[in-house]
Amino acid sequence: MNYQYPDERGHFGQYGGRYVAETLMPALLELEQAYTEASQDPEFQREFDYYLKHYVGRPSPLYFAERLTRELDGAKIYLKREDLNHTGAHKVNNTVGQVLLARRMGKKKVIAETGAGQHGVATATVAALFGMECEVFMGKEDIRRQSLNVFRMKLLGAKVHEVTSGTATLKDAMNDAMRHWVTHIRDTFYVIGTVAGPHPYPMLVRDFQSVIGIEAKQQLHEAEGCLPDVAIACIGGGSNAMGLFYPFIEDSSVKLLGVEAAGVGVETGKHAASISAGSPGVLHGNKTYLLQDDDGQIQHAHSISAGLDYPGVGPEHAHLQDIKRAEYVSITDTEALEAFQKLTHIEGIIPALESAHAIAQVMKLAPTLSSDKILLVNLSGRGDKDIHTVADALGVEL
Amino acid sequence: MSRIEATFAGLKQRQETALIPFVTAGDPDLDVTVELILTLAEAGADLVELGVPFSDPMADGPTIQAASERSLAAGTTLAGILQLVTDVRKKTQIPLILMGYYNPVFCYGADRFARDAAAAGVDALLLVDLPPEEITEISTVMQEAEIDLITLLAPTTPHERMKRLAATAEGYLYYVSMTGVTGAQKISPEDIRGAVEELREMTDVPVAVGFGITTAADARAVGAFADGVVVGSALVKIIEENGQSAKLLPKVRKFIAELKHGLTVPTS
Repeated sequence: MNYQYPDERGHFGQYGGRYVAETLMPALLELEQAYTEASQDPEFQREFDYYLKHYVGRPSPLYFAERLTRELDGAKIYLKREDLNHTGAHKVNNTVGQVLLARRMGKKKVIAETGAGQHGVATATVAALFGMECEVFMGKEDIRRQSLNVFRMKLLGAKVHEVTSGTATLKDAMNDAMRHWVTHIRDTFYVIGTVAGPHPYPMLVRDFQSVIGIEAKQQLHEAEGCLPDVAIACIGGGSNAMGLFYPFIEDSSVKLLGVEAAGVGVETGKHAASISAGSPGVLHGNKTYLLQDDDGQIQHAHSISAGLDYPGVGPEHAHLQDIKRAEYVSITDTEALEAFQKLTHIEGIIPALESAHAIAQVMKLAPTLSSDKILLVNLSGRGDKDIHTVADALGVEL
Repeated sequence: MSRIEATFAGLKQRQETALIPFVTAGDPDLDVTVELILTLAEAGADLVELGVPFSDPMADGPTIQAASERSLAAGTTLAGILQLVTDVRKKTQIPLILMGYYNPVFCYGADRFARDAAAAGVDALLLVDLPPEEITEISTVMQEAEIDLITLLAPTTPHERMKRLAATAEGYLYYVSMTGVTGAQKISPEDIRGAVEELREMTDVPVAVGFGITTAADARAVGAFADGVVVGSALVKIIEENGQSAKLLPKVRKFIAELKHGLTVPTS
């Protein structure tokens, strides 16, 4: 198959696009042009590779989870260790790319939205590295849940804005970041943390994150001499999944499996499974699957994992769902918590609660497959930030 | 001639600038909105922009965000707003422009919306987050229903793009007075004047200016060169403060009369 998306107008089939106010349009067109030029400039690529290698610590290892494989008694399980990156998650791949782009465009200030705080920390980190001003928008509710990351951002020199509008979570943080951007459009670069938002963001975030899949493909080839049978990743906005999937899209033998957050259960309405249980709509500059009511009002998302707690999903995932190139399933809070403990116990790896959703799906899938099958799983982040949430859920007082 | 065209033609003859107040439909509830529209029309408004509430109003400042929340909490839906327009149309011929975000219209269905809105007596639609790059997905059905699509222009819009957008404008052009959200900061009439004069060279369609016009003095200053001024947050603030109180309509009437006064007396 020949996969060429997005089209020149930023559409992935019927999804994506640029649904923004006129004030932002010229900035998006400028960004698109700057990115096109940068991506064709070997010097930009060299600089990006340099910081990924020496600052982020890439390539991240591909680790054969031997004990987990034996325990589940089925397919072989390989973990792509994005948790070992500087700042502890895949997010930094994208912020290095975008901040380098911002510098190239002559912007001195960067802003970001954040849910769990991982993208905020990754943006503040790279802003500190390059001496740029950084402001991060974070919902009041998330500030409460993730106080450690808030303090990290402040230590890194970022200003953290508490967002109290709407539901005071990630979607509202994104609203306020957009409002700030429109007000300071002339000197400010908006570093979006996932493969959502108006074109060209879903494309450029995917491109910066696809280092994950490119490395994994080569590493697996070295280890096993073949492609994986299934590539698995968790999906909030979907940047770690897009980064893993994209280099495999034209390899039709590789099944792409995205894992959404089912929260308390999709049937209860308290979840964040936009593809499994949402419908197409327009939010935050793109058309995609959303959790919304019949009148097009956006609904609350729910997940134990703050990073998946978003009522939308990147438009390319919506497209991959419609053309049936990827499959999307969901995992509940309870299943994710079990997987969190299982991986910690038998591999000595504490995964982020987001990544634990992918592991939970592996625990369901691996036993159904024969031992000659290979599962490639993106372990998108480490779980230190979630220790309090997990202790809480397990009824342990710290 | 459409209601919007006729209104601007009359204003031109009388050498007046159009006063275009904005209220969020359903704030505090749809019954009060009916009263508000009739009061606005009597007090001197020439067109009314009726906000369709959305859960995530990204282009709006705190005042209109809060109005959206109040309206949604009162159970306002797009279908309810179209019913309101149907009722109001029996009492006034003032042009009504629905303003808001694309998702409620998208979920209602653009075809169905065009049909129902035209039947109700809606004159135009202004969707903040549906720029020219995406508007083609609804432009045909709106044209067939004779609903104007209002185009927004901003201080960041480059000259060539302005020219292209002005060439296909319907109803009136809405010039966003500053880079920011609704109701944000103090405007600078002199900066706006240059842009409006530039636009005039490009099109015969009337040019209205909005975002950040809060006082009669602002309105008068902008009205000296624009064909229309939009006043939103300042009016919504009065609604926020007076809600269901009996003082609401007299206060609104007084505010609108003051604004209109500045747009009718000749300015130097």
